[in-house]
Amino acid sequence: MATTITKTETFVGKRIRRKEDPRLITGTATYVDDIQMPGMHYAAILRSPHAAARILAIRTDAALRHPGVVAVFTGKDVEGIGPVPCGASLPGLRVPYHSVLARDRVYFVGHPVAVVVARDRYIARDALDWIEVDYEPLPAVADPEKALEPGAPAVHPEWPDNIAFTYHQEAGDVDKAFAEADVVVKQRIVSQRLIPTALETRGVVADWRSGEKSLTIYSSTQIPHLMRTLVAQALGLPENRLRVVAPEVGGGFGSKLNVYAEEILMGFVAMKIGKPIKWIESRRENFLCTIHGRGHVDYFEIAGKRDGTILGLKLKLIQDLGAYHQLLTPAIPTLSVLMMPGIYRFRNIRAEVIGVFTNCVPTDAYRGAGRPEATHGIERMVDMLAAEIGMDPAEIRFKNFVRPDEFPYATPTGLSYDTGNYATALEKAMEVAGYHQLREEQKKARQEGRLFGIGISTYGEICAFGPSPATPAGGWESATVRVEPTGKVTVLTGSSPHGQGQETTFAQLVCDELGVDIDDVVVQHGDTAMVPYGIGTFGSRATAVGGTAVYFALQALKEKIKKFGATLLDSDDVSFSGGVCICNKTGRTVSLAEIAAASYRAAKLPPGTEPGLVSTYFWEPPNFTFPFGAHIVVTEVDRETGAVEIKRYVAVDDCGKVINPLLVEGQVHGGVAQGLGQALYEQAVYDDNGQLVTGELMDYAIPKATMVPRIETDRTETPTPVNPLGIKGVGEAGTIACSPAVVNSVVDALSPLGVRHIDMPLVPEKLWRLIQKGGQA
Amino acid sequence: MIPQNFTYQAPKTLEEALALLADGTAKPLAGGMSLIPLMKLRLAAPERIVDLGRIPGLNYIREEDGKIRIGAMTTHYEIETSPLLRARCPLLATTAAHIGDMQVRNVGTIGGSLAHADPAADYPAALLALEAEVRLVRAGGERTLPIRDFFVDVFTTALEPGEIVREVVVPVEAPGTGTSYQKVAHPASGFAVVGIAARVRRGDGKIALARLGVTGLASKPFRADAAEKRLEGTDGAETDLRAAAAAVTEGVEANSDLYASAEYRAHLARVYAVRGLRSALQAA
Amino acid sequence: MTHAITVTINGKPYAHQVEPRLLLIHYLRDVVGLTGPHIGCETSICGACTVMVDGKAVKACTMFAVQADGRQILTIEGLATDGRYDPVQEAFWNEHALQCGFCTPGMILAAKQLLERNPNPTEEEIRHGLEGNLCRCTGYQHIVNAVRAAAARMGG
Repeated sequence: MATTITKTETFVGKRIRRKEDPRLITGTATYVDDIQMPGMHYAAILRSPHAAARILAIRTDAALRHPGVVAVFTGKDVEGIGPVPCGASLPGLRVPYHSVLARDRVYFVGHPVAVVVARDRYIARDALDWIEVDYEPLPAVADPEKALEPGAPAVHPEWPDNIAFTYHQEAGDVDKAFAEADVVVKQRIVSQRLIPTALETRGVVADWRSGEKSLTIYSSTQIPHLMRTLVAQALGLPENRLRVVAPEVGGGFGSKLNVYAEEILMGFVAMKIGKPIKWIESRRENFLCTIHGRGHVDYFEIAGKRDGTILGLKLKLIQDLGAYHQLLTPAIPTLSVLMMPGIYRFRNIRAEVIGVFTNCVPTDAYRGAGRPEATHGIERMVDMLAAEIGMDPAEIRFKNFVRPDEFPYATPTGLSYDTGNYATALEKAMEVAGYHQLREEQKKARQEGRLFGIGISTYGEICAFGPSPATPAGGWESATVRVEPTGKVTVLTGSSPHGQGQETTFAQLVCDELGVDIDDVVVQHGDTAMVPYGIGTFGSRATAVGGTAVYFALQALKEKIKKFGATLLDSDDVSFSGGVCICNKTGRTVSLAEIAAASYRAAKLPPGTEPGLVSTYFWEPPNFTFPFGAHIVVTEVDRETGAVEIKRYVAVDDCGKVINPLLVEGQVHGGVAQGLGQALYEQAVYDDNGQLVTGELMDYAIPKATMVPRIETDRTETPTPVNPLGIKGVGEAGTIACSPAVVNSVVDALSPLGVRHIDMPLVPEKLWRLIQKGGQA
Repeated sequence: MIPQNFTYQAPKTLEEALALLADGTAKPLAGGMSLIPLMKLRLAAPERIVDLGRIPGLNYIREEDGKIRIGAMTTHYEIETSPLLRARCPLLATTAAHIGDMQVRNVGTIGGSLAHADPAADYPAALLALEAEVRLVRAGGERTLPIRDFFVDVFTTALEPGEIVREVVVPVEAPGTGTSYQKVAHPASGFAVVGIAARVRRGDGKIALARLGVTGLASKPFRADAAEKRLEGTDGAETDLRAAAAAVTEGVEANSDLYASAEYRAHLARVYAVRGLRSALQAA
Repeated sequence: MTHAITVTINGKPYAHQVEPRLLLIHYLRDVVGLTGPHIGCETSICGACTVMVDGKAVKACTMFAVQADGRQILTIEGLATDGRYDPVQEAFWNEHALQCGFCTPGMILAAKQLLERNPNPTEEEIRHGLEGNLCRCTGYQHIVNAVRAAAARMGG
C-alpha cells in the first residue's frame, strides 16, 4: 500500500504510488500501435518458412495487382541500406552481413524476405499470401553442439565450422588448483533458449516529411538515442534529420535493447512512399524474429577441499548465437565469464567461450543477459560440491563468501566489487525462511517418503552499466533539470523507462532536492528531439546511472538557484532548502517559483550567470555496481507425476539504497517470475529442421497468475560508493537469483534418489522419468 | 492475427440457419472460441459463416422428464454456475469451470465446443461419463446420438454437412452418485494434457456404477469401459481403484507432444484416474 | 460486402459499416479510436484485449465486430465515472499492480468481473480468475494484492 506524502516530508525511501499510472489504468497511454496519422499505410512482412534455403525467385505481381497494395519491396530493392548493426566487438569476431531483407539466401525461419505496403492492415496481411517465393531448401542446424560437429551444415557457407568467435579468459593457477583439490565435480549445464515475451510485441511507425527532409521513427524500444545513431547510419540519413521516439513501451526485458531490420526498413519505406507507415509485429513474428535469450551449453568443473574451500572453476561455454549477430549478441557470453566466480573468494578460473552460428533467430540480452547463466552455473556447482563432500549448502557458502572487510574486492575476472555483506543477506534469508526448522521438516518428510527440497542461491550481479570504457556504446547517462518560469520542474532523462517507474523515482529525487510537490514535477524521456543524447534503460542501470545524472544536475541547479536567490535577497549568505532560499542573516526568504520567474525575466542577473534555471549533467560512472542477495526456495515434487510445487519463496535482496520500496518489490516479484519461468516452464524448442516448435503462447508457457507463488521479500541495505545516492539497481536481481534456487531445491528434493543435477526447465515428465529410474538420468 | 474475408449471415431463427447451412458449404459460428483463433492463424478459412448467436431459444438449462436439457448455445460460464446443474448434475458444472479461462467461459458454448471436437477439450470426458446424449439438427430432420457415437477422430465428429448440435441431454444424478473431474492442464494452452471424469455410485456397499470419461489422452475422447467393468462390483478399495486405473490405458494409442510423451501421458491418465475415482467416491 | 452495425460503447452510440472479418479489437482501436484495449497475442491467451460486452468480460481479439452489433460495450476508457476511478483502478494504482501497463486495461476489467461475481475472493480464487490475463512484469503478486484491496474497499 502506498502512502500519501505531505509537502514537508521527504520523498526518497517512501512507498510512493507511481506518477505513470493514471494514464495506464485508464487506457489513455500511447503505445506505438496507438499512433494514428493521416494517410498512414500498413506494412506486413513475408518471412521465410525455411531455416536454410536458397531463394530462386520471388514473384510479387499478384500482390501488386490488388488496388489496396501500394508497394512490395524485396532484397534487391534495399541493397543500398543496412546492414542491421552489431555493436559488440571481440578479437577475430566473424560478422555475417545482415541485410535488412534476405537477398539470395535465408538463414532462419522468420527471416524477412519481402515487405508489403498496403492501405490497411488487413490487405497488407492478405497480400503476403499473394507473393510467391521459390525456395531451394538447404540442410539446417539448430543445435549449437551439433553445429560444431564435423560435417554439420554450414549456417554461413563462408565459415564451414560455424564458429563466430572463441574467447579465453584465465586467472590464477587453475591446473595447480585442480591438482591440489580433494574433490573435482564436473557437470554439463544447459541454460535453455528463452523467448523474452514482452506483452507488447515490437512495432514501428515511420513518418517522412519530405519538405523538412526529416524522418521520425516511433519504435517500441529501450534505446531511442542509440537507435537514432544506428538507423541514421543504416539509412544513410544525416543523424540530425532523424528523430526517434520511444512512446509508451509495453515491456522489453532486453528484447527491445536492439536495432532490428524493421526499424531500418520502415524508415526506408516511409521515404519511398512519402506516407506514414506502421508495422506491428504479430506474436508469432515476435517468437520467430525478436531475439531470444540464454542458449548456453556449459561444461563446468569445480575443484574443492573436503573442508568446503572452493579452489577453482573451469568452464567451457558454448553459446548458441543464432544465424546473425544482433546488437550485442556476441558480448552476452562474455558477461557470463565476468560473473563466473559469483561472490566467492577462489582465485583460479579458466573459461573458454565458443560462439556458434545456428539456423535460429539470434540470441541477445534477455533480463540478466549472461549473468543468470553464470549464476545458475556457479550456484549449481557450489551445491554439487557441497553434496559431494556432505556439507550443508548454506555452510559451504558462508565458508567461501568474499568477506565484508575485503571490499573493494578485485575479482579474478578483473572486476572490482564495490561493497557487499553476503553472509548477512544469507543469514537474513535463513531467518525469514526458518532454515533450520525447514531442514527438520525435510527429515520428517523424507521419512514419510515425500520429495521435499530446500534450495539456496546466493547471487551477485554486475549492474548499473556501466563505465564507458567497458561498454560498447558509452555507459554514462544524461539528465536535464529545468525549473520553468512558473516554478514547475521538468526533468529530461536519457534513460528510457518502460515500466520501471523512473517518472516517479526521479521525481522523488527532485522533490527532496528542490522542495517541490511531486505533482509539480514531470519527467520526460524517450524522444530524441526533446531529450539530450542518452544511453537508455537496460542492465539495471536507469536509477543507478540515470538517477545519479539527475542528482548531479540538481546539485548544479541548486547552486544557480542560490545565486539568483542571493541576488533577489540582496545577500551574500543564503541557503536553499524546502523550496525556499533564505538569507541567513535577515531570515528573509524567496520561493523557488519567484526565483524561477526572476531567472527568466533576467532583469537582474547575478554576476557571471546565464538567464534561466536549467542544468544538464552527463554522468560517467566510475564503476559498475554489484547488488547481491540470497533466495531460498522450498519445493515438493509429486512422486507420482513429477510436478513441482513451490511451497515457499524467500527473497532477500540488497540493491543498495532504495528510493521507492514499493517499486523495488515490484521489480523483485517480476524478476523472480521470469526466473521461475526459466526454471519450470519455458523453453524455445527448435526441431532438427530449424522449425520453432514453440511458436505461439499456446505452446510456450510464460507464468500465469496460478503458476507463481507468493514471494516473501526482504532486504538488506549496503550502499555503494560508486554513486552518491548509494543505489545499485534491482531490475535483474530476481531473475538472476531465482533459477538456481529453484533447481537446487528440486535437486535437493530428489537427492535421496541420487539425483545430482537436472537441466531446466524442470517439466514434470523429466522429473517423473528421473524418479522412475531411481534418479539415474 | 488477421483472418481471411468471408460472407457473414446472421439468421434470426433456427429454421433459417439450417437452410443457410444445408448445402454444407458454410461454417456455423457459435461462441467462436475455437474457430476464430484458427481463422486468425489462417488454419481455417471458411468462405461463408452462419452466426448462430442471433437465434433465440438455443440457450437454456432445464430439467424435463428426469433429464437436464442444455441448449447448444449455452456458455461454459452458464453451465459452470447453473444452480440446477450444481445440484442435479454437478460433474458437468465442475468440468465447465476447468475450460480455458474466465473470458473464454463467458463466450464459449457447449455446442461449439462439441462440434469442434478438440481431442484435449474438457467437456467430452464429463459427457462420456454421464452417458449424455446429443441432439443434432439439420434442415428437415433431427437425430439423437449417444455421446460416445458423436466423437469420431481428431477434430472430427458424426455431424453431417449442414448439421449442427442442437442440445445436450444429461441425466439427473441419482442419490449416492459421486463425481469428479481431474485435469492436468497444459501450462501454456490450458487444454487437458489428460482429463478424467469419474462417476461412481455405491449400492449395498459395493460399487454399483462406475463411469470414466477420458480426454486428452488419445485422438478422441473415450469411455474407459474395461476400467469401469473392473471397478464395478468391487469394494472401491485403493487396490481396486489402481486395478481399474491400469485398464484406462490398455490398448490406447496415447498422444505425444512436446509437453508429454505417450508413455508419460498414459501414466498421467492412470494416476489421475485413481485420483478422480478416489475423489468421486468421497463425494458419493 | 460490409455490414451495418450499431453499438453502444462506454455509454455512447456508434454506427459503422464493417467488413465481417473485422475483429472487435480492431474495430474498437482503429475505427472507434479507443486504444485502451491492447493486442498481445493472436491465440486468445493473453487477455490484453479484454473488454466487457453486455456485462461479460470477453477477449475482443476473438470476436468479430459484427457479433457485437446491438450490444453494450465497456472498455477501460469508460470505467471511471464522473472523473472518479473505479475502485479496481484505484487499487491497481495504490498497490503498484502494473509496470509497463500493457496488460493493465484487460487485467483491470477481468478483475472487475471477478469481483462482481465473487466479492470476497481468496488468493487462490483471484489467481484462478485471472488465468486468462498474462502479465510479464509484476509476477502477479501486487495484482493479487490490488484485487484484495479493491474487494475490501467495495465491502466484499
